[in-house]
Amino acid sequence: MIEIKQLSKKYKGADIFSVSDLDLCISEKDIFGLLGPNGAGKTTLISLLCSLIKPTSGSFVINGLTYKKNKNQLKQLIGIVPQEYALYPTLTAFENLMYFGSMYGLKGNELKLKIKAALQTLGLSQFSSKKINTFSGGMKRRINLIASILHDPKVLFLDEPTVGVDVQSKNVIINYLKVLNEKGTTIIYTSHHLNEAEAFCTKVAIIDHGRIITQGGPKSLISDQKNANNLEDVFLALTGHALRDHA
Amino acid sequence: MRKLLASTYKEFLLLTRDIGGIAILFIMPLVLIVTITIIQDSTFKSVSESKIPILLVDNDRGSVSETIVKGLKESNIFEVIKIAIEEDAKNLVFKGKNQLAIVIPENLSSDLEKKINQNVEGILDRFGLDEEEIENQPKEIFTAKEVKLYFDPATQFSFKNSVKNEVDKMISKIETQSIYNAFQKQITDDPSEIVFETENFIRFKEILPKNKDENIIPNSVQHNVPAWTLFAIFFIIVPLSINIVKEKSQGTFVRLRTNPVSYLTVLGGKTVIYLIVCLIQFVLMLLIGIYLFPAIGLPTLNVSGKFPLLFLVAIFAGLAAIGLGLLLGTIAKTQEQSAPFGATFVVILAALGGVWVPVFIMPEFMQALSKISPMNWGLNAFYDVFLRNSSLLEIVPEITLLFLFFIITTLIAIVYNEKKNAV
Repeated sequence: MIEIKQLSKKYKGADIFSVSDLDLCISEKDIFGLLGPNGAGKTTLISLLCSLIKPTSGSFVINGLTYKKNKNQLKQLIGIVPQEYALYPTLTAFENLMYFGSMYGLKGNELKLKIKAALQTLGLSQFSSKKINTFSGGMKRRINLIASILHDPKVLFLDEPTVGVDVQSKNVIINYLKVLNEKGTTIIYTSHHLNEAEAFCTKVAIIDHGRIITQGGPKSLISDQKNANNLEDVFLALTGHALRDHA
Repeated sequence: MRKLLASTYKEFLLLTRDIGGIAILFIMPLVLIVTITIIQDSTFKSVSESKIPILLVDNDRGSVSETIVKGLKESNIFEVIKIAIEEDAKNLVFKGKNQLAIVIPENLSSDLEKKINQNVEGILDRFGLDEEEIENQPKEIFTAKEVKLYFDPATQFSFKNSVKNEVDKMISKIETQSIYNAFQKQITDDPSEIVFETENFIRFKEILPKNKDENIIPNSVQHNVPAWTLFAIFFIIVPLSINIVKEKSQGTFVRLRTNPVSYLTVLGGKTVIYLIVCLIQFVLMLLIGIYLFPAIGLPTLNVSGKFPLLFLVAIFAGLAAIGLGLLLGTIAKTQEQSAPFGATFVVILAALGGVWVPVFIMPEFMQALSKISPMNWGLNAFYDVFLRNSSLLEIVPEITLLFLFFIITTLIAIVYNEKKNAV
């Protein structure tokens, strides 16, 4: 269970808030999609929830824990799949996973078996001894995912986990995430793929200018919006057609 | 502890996967130390195989110029090339073809002899000892003679000074000798009679520190190996800071920040591996000094009985360098910031530490600054062991400073990282 209260973030030197007075409640075992145009505040919100940046004001609680009081417990509880490949390019897939697994206190055979199983499920077994810098984008995305779930996190944050990958890799990743969710992992994910989110998420929130415009189940959002046939129609109706280029 | 071991192993893998990087880490310091020692050895050697060619224009062709040429040849530093015309010598030197030209003026020997004779006769006359009547003879006026020195404008100041001193010393000696000869001639007609003892009355003797009745004789190797080893050890801050900056740019640092692992543990892994690198560098450089240097005609590095203390100094010097690297890597945002800054800063620390120019000849302000240079503490500790035959107790102050430097820089890195990423 994640409870966010009046959470705001304004970066140094910025004129506007990236996240502004945001209230949100995410239930356990949800697959929660954070959707929004570029610069809406999705990555900032995930970075706040993963303790990568400091909020300007407001607070949040994850499973009753806060970073101020339960930093290490909370870190053990969550997993994060960053947007960029957070892997050592000159180490093999297995070496990367052994290292990141051991940072969660995993060790020995238990860790090796977990790595083996995850590589098997995500179709990377035969590449475990290959260096990451020889991998394709889709393979790196899958290793990036495995590195974040070896410790069986209760809450998994994914920042655009399927960006730049082929359809096959995307399917493998989404199916794997569904399995994790069935096993009890709450998933919070950001994406620009609205069809993927519509099919994958149990709940979504559309964010713009750092605020939540709407939230709910994808089907109910579509039915509530006039002339909307899918989530993309809802999204465009609420956020508009104007380009969101910013520097 | 397990996380520290995992971090250390990861650093080991990262380092060993970069073969080019390892080659640079280990080979370049060795190339540096061999090159510098060969160059500097000639300044330490009393008998040098490579002599500096100097041009000599002898307009005097007398006893004085003969003595100067003899003195220059006997110094074993110079190869004298005689040249007839001053203008030619000047052109060659000013165009950088030769470092130095000496021009001995016309009639130097005869005029010097005449002037000294005149002075001696004057003195003896005052004492009423001169047999000849010279009182009414008019005194000849001699203008001062100039021995001209032409230097290549690119010649270093220290070299110019040492040559000037050498020539000055020779001329003074010639003048003194001439005065003695003049008196001798006036006092006795028998040239074989020794009236004056012309040998130097005041001499100097250098007393060297001893190691079990054996003199510790400083040579280029004993000076260069510790100085340049330290320089190489401190260069570790460049690859180390790049390693940390790379972690930030490739995103792994972001992942580590979300992991339940402290920054201290992450830095700990780097410290262990890079300290091992420093120590391997150190041992390789000692091996070069012990085995390679004698094979290429340089003095052997003497480490007998000193190895444990030298190793101890290397550990603490390595830690100080690593602390600086950790701090630089933590603060720098890009490799473009960390690499040039790191390299330049090491050169500054080396200059301040006395690696190139001894601290005692620096201006007072720089001397004060050198006291806060970790390279100065390391160099002093190495010299204490290598050249001053010091005990462990005597190097404790220096290695304590080096260790404190490591602790403080690492703490600053951790606090800076915490502040920057505080939630």
